[in-house]
Amino acid sequence: MPTVSVARDRLFAALGRSYTQEEFEELCFNFGIELDDVTTEKAIILKERHLEDDNSSLDDEVIYKIEVPANRYDLLCLEGLAQALCIFNGHEKIPRYTVANISKESMLKMQVKKETSLIRPFVVCAVLRGIAFDEARYNSFIDLQDKLHQNICRKRTLVAIGTHDLDTLQGPFTYEALPPPEINFVPLKQVKHFRADELMEFYKSDLKLKKFLHIIEKSKVFPVIYDRNRTVLSLPPIINGAHSAITLKTKNVFIECTATDLTKAKIVLNTMVTTFSAYCERKFEVEPVEVISFDGNSSVYPDLSEYNMEVPLSYITGSIGVPLEVDEVTSLLNRMQVHAEQAGLGGNNINVSVPPTRSDILHPCDVMEDVAIAYGYNNIPKRKLSSLKPLPLNQLSDLIRYEIAMNGFAEVLTWILCSKKENFEMLNRKDDKTTAVVIGNPRSSDFEVVRTSLMPGMLKTVGHNKDHPKPIKIFEVGDVVLLDEKKDVGASNRRLLAALYCGANSGFEVLNNFDIPDPCTFLELDIENFL
Amino acid sequence: MAEDAILGYLASHEEIPDSGKFASQHGLQQNDVVNVIKSLHGFRYIDAQDIKRESWMLTDEGKKYAAEGSPEVQLFLAVPPEGFIAKDELQKKLDPSVFKIGCSQAGKNKWVDMGKQVSRKVQHVEDKVKDLLVRIQDGQTIDKDDINSLKARKLIVAQTWKGYSVRKGPNYASKRKKVATDLTRENLQRGDWKELEFKEYNFNAKGPLADAGHLHPLLKVKQQLKNIFLQMGFEEMPTNNFVESSFWNFDALFQPQQHPARDSHDTFFLEAPSTTRQLPEDYVELVKRVHESGGYGSRGYMYDWKREEANKNLLRTHTTAVSTRMLYALAKQPFAPKRYFSIDRVFRNESVDRTHLAEFHQIEGLVCDRGLTLGDLIGVLNDFFSRLGMSKLRFKPAYNPYTEPSMEIFSYHEGLKKWVEIGNSGMFRPEMLLPMGFPEDVRVIAWGLSLERPTMILYGIDNIRDLFGHKVDLSLIKRNPICRLGID
Repeated sequence: MPTVSVARDRLFAALGRSYTQEEFEELCFNFGIELDDVTTEKAIILKERHLEDDNSSLDDEVIYKIEVPANRYDLLCLEGLAQALCIFNGHEKIPRYTVANISKESMLKMQVKKETSLIRPFVVCAVLRGIAFDEARYNSFIDLQDKLHQNICRKRTLVAIGTHDLDTLQGPFTYEALPPPEINFVPLKQVKHFRADELMEFYKSDLKLKKFLHIIEKSKVFPVIYDRNRTVLSLPPIINGAHSAITLKTKNVFIECTATDLTKAKIVLNTMVTTFSAYCERKFEVEPVEVISFDGNSSVYPDLSEYNMEVPLSYITGSIGVPLEVDEVTSLLNRMQVHAEQAGLGGNNINVSVPPTRSDILHPCDVMEDVAIAYGYNNIPKRKLSSLKPLPLNQLSDLIRYEIAMNGFAEVLTWILCSKKENFEMLNRKDDKTTAVVIGNPRSSDFEVVRTSLMPGMLKTVGHNKDHPKPIKIFEVGDVVLLDEKKDVGASNRRLLAALYCGANSGFEVLNNFDIPDPCTFLELDIENFL
Repeated sequence: MAEDAILGYLASHEEIPDSGKFASQHGLQQNDVVNVIKSLHGFRYIDAQDIKRESWMLTDEGKKYAAEGSPEVQLFLAVPPEGFIAKDELQKKLDPSVFKIGCSQAGKNKWVDMGKQVSRKVQHVEDKVKDLLVRIQDGQTIDKDDINSLKARKLIVAQTWKGYSVRKGPNYASKRKKVATDLTRENLQRGDWKELEFKEYNFNAKGPLADAGHLHPLLKVKQQLKNIFLQMGFEEMPTNNFVESSFWNFDALFQPQQHPARDSHDTFFLEAPSTTRQLPEDYVELVKRVHESGGYGSRGYMYDWKREEANKNLLRTHTTAVSTRMLYALAKQPFAPKRYFSIDRVFRNESVDRTHLAEFHQIEGLVCDRGLTLGDLIGVLNDFFSRLGMSKLRFKPAYNPYTEPSMEIFSYHEGLKKWVEIGNSGMFRPEMLLPMGFPEDVRVIAWGLSLERPTMILYGIDNIRDLFGHKVDLSLIKRNPICRLGID
């Protein structure tokens, strides 16, 4: 899950209000992002440099680290997050992104040479005209490129972004692939010229850049972009040229994305231009560039067209489980940066137009999810599926039985009916006539009462197993019955556990009555108390 | 001996007022008498009361004076009855300490005239101090003022003597009965059990650990969860296959090939067998198409899908791979709704720490039926988790490549006073279900969580290696209580 670091106060300014941390976390929860960490600019720098706090004048600006879903490239910078949240809160409308209406002849051109298909076949480009940078916007611009490189670009292997100060260059541009020694330029942050093969060697010790060398180093030709004066714009995916470096004063930006995956290159380009065209003179307008292939075919970029789908209302309501009208659905979708309106008159279909910022939307199910998010997952009434519940007492009894058996006790199953003598006298207990259920018509003394203890049965078992090897360890989990005025019939069952140990030398109960020659220890407890 | 003496004495006397005196009178050791009294008192043969006596003991200095006489008297005697003695000479005649103290005391008592020449002032003196000291040694009592003065001169120290006064107790007998600690077969046969007195049971003493069998805590929890699923009408899926192909683990779930989860730093790919031998070709074709160009209402991922990627074998990263196979098999039959579950091992190539291992157990449940909604998912989650004691739930929008909508499940933890994530859930994407051949109105809702996390929370274990693996303390397994999840 990618994490974006944004300056809290700058974010709140863009959102148009301040939040307490709890309020902001609640907003994130409902939208589907997460406030992962709160730190300060100073803390980040100190950590990077492995320093202790030195009370220096480093910035104490609060930084929010926000986790965003892996498929939301539009949320990878402060501008994208702020816009999404503002629209979600209903404070802003979805921007309509447009391509500047200029003739093909007046468009800047990027000519693609054949050799590029050997190493990095695709390139897409665009221009941001009349942009105004300040330090924060500039840093955001650089950070977004980094984030995109790390995520969708898969560490620049699939797509690499190059941004340039257009006023230092002259079109038309060419995208070529040449043997390394033939490429010679001053790379960013350097002052002297390097040949491309020298540069590979030079960057082997650069912590940041050395991980990208493998993408092209084994190739016979390296990708390179030139302007008409043979100024090198960039050596993708490694480094830009120093000549066209962007500064705070830059007014016109040329963006080129070279790639091995055209779809992703377009998404990356779209993400860059939709986000930062907000700072252009003509807000949300992007100037197009014509990319001409070596076989003569040409395409105009950026492709900011909306993706259209017609989604039945019944699909949405039937999938979420909430009855909604068309206008409710369309307004919910508008809060999720998805254009929506009723299809036709009185119809039950919705025309959905997905702007270039929502490249994650592939199918009506994505639209349906957005409706559910805007509605609020926690507002959806739950519908219970049929299911069964166990009887707690019986489940508990079984668990206990297994444990006792594992302790080496054998289970016995004895009669519930017994004689009065067995139930009382032989256990040294008094029959005060308030305990046992008495049978009115027993056939013999064996059926006189319903047991009030498991002991008679257990002891009789031991008595009939005199020759069984000692020690005898037995248990029983079963019901006894006690007189109970609180029950409608006047008696109730109780679930008891009894365990008995009979050996050569243990116990304190004297059990002559049951004809047991060896001492026994026993334990009897009411397991209903455990519930 | 002491026991007989005490019990015997009490047979004809009301009381032994002083155990110390009793001991010396009967030639017994003080310690023996005290121990016997404590024991007899414990068995209520006697009733012992604490008594205390303050007594005085001579210090070493005091003992010296008791033997030799007090220094002031020694000094007095060293001065001639008539006439003088030079102070220096007097000093030479006596011990330095005797001289020093003797001078000051004798002078105080006005017995001598202290100057360069020393002479007696009185004819005769009594060695009162020595006398007192000897009397104290003898155990006589003396005057309080005298005590104080001797104490001030550090000739005596206070000593507290503790003893007992003893009377007959409720269980008094002139001879102590021997208490039996156990009932034996011999006792029963001989019949002497009738006279035996038995030692009280000490229910607070822990007996020796019984040699018993025990089940593993994690698997006890698994058993209860299994019961819960069965009661909810879920059928168990066969999960006894750890080796899986990328196709069934990722591709068939509409997880794109260029996805971080398919990186080697998250997944264990296999050297042997490195690739799958067989895949259902018709189905593979449909899966490839939906990834590359969409269909079934989707625009797809629009990238080049590679068969080699799908062929790569791995150790399954989630049991959803099994669910996918089961759904594929289900789709081949005329449609009938089904509920499936599984609880089994999965493998992640992640760094190991206090709460994460390379292998753990995933719990997964899914419902496949026509017309299922998010409301049904929320309902089944509420039912399932409330049986685990978690009835306060909240849902957060999330992202999984194969579910849309996706929801993270949070439960309110009363102890920590905050919401904690307990699982993940969602509705499987049509791009996954439709290529299998399911009718369009069939939906699958599913959820998953790990087995280890709720077990650790349930049993208060904070390091997963204390619960699972070979570094587990066997005593933990032995003393782990029964698992009552899902009951009441």
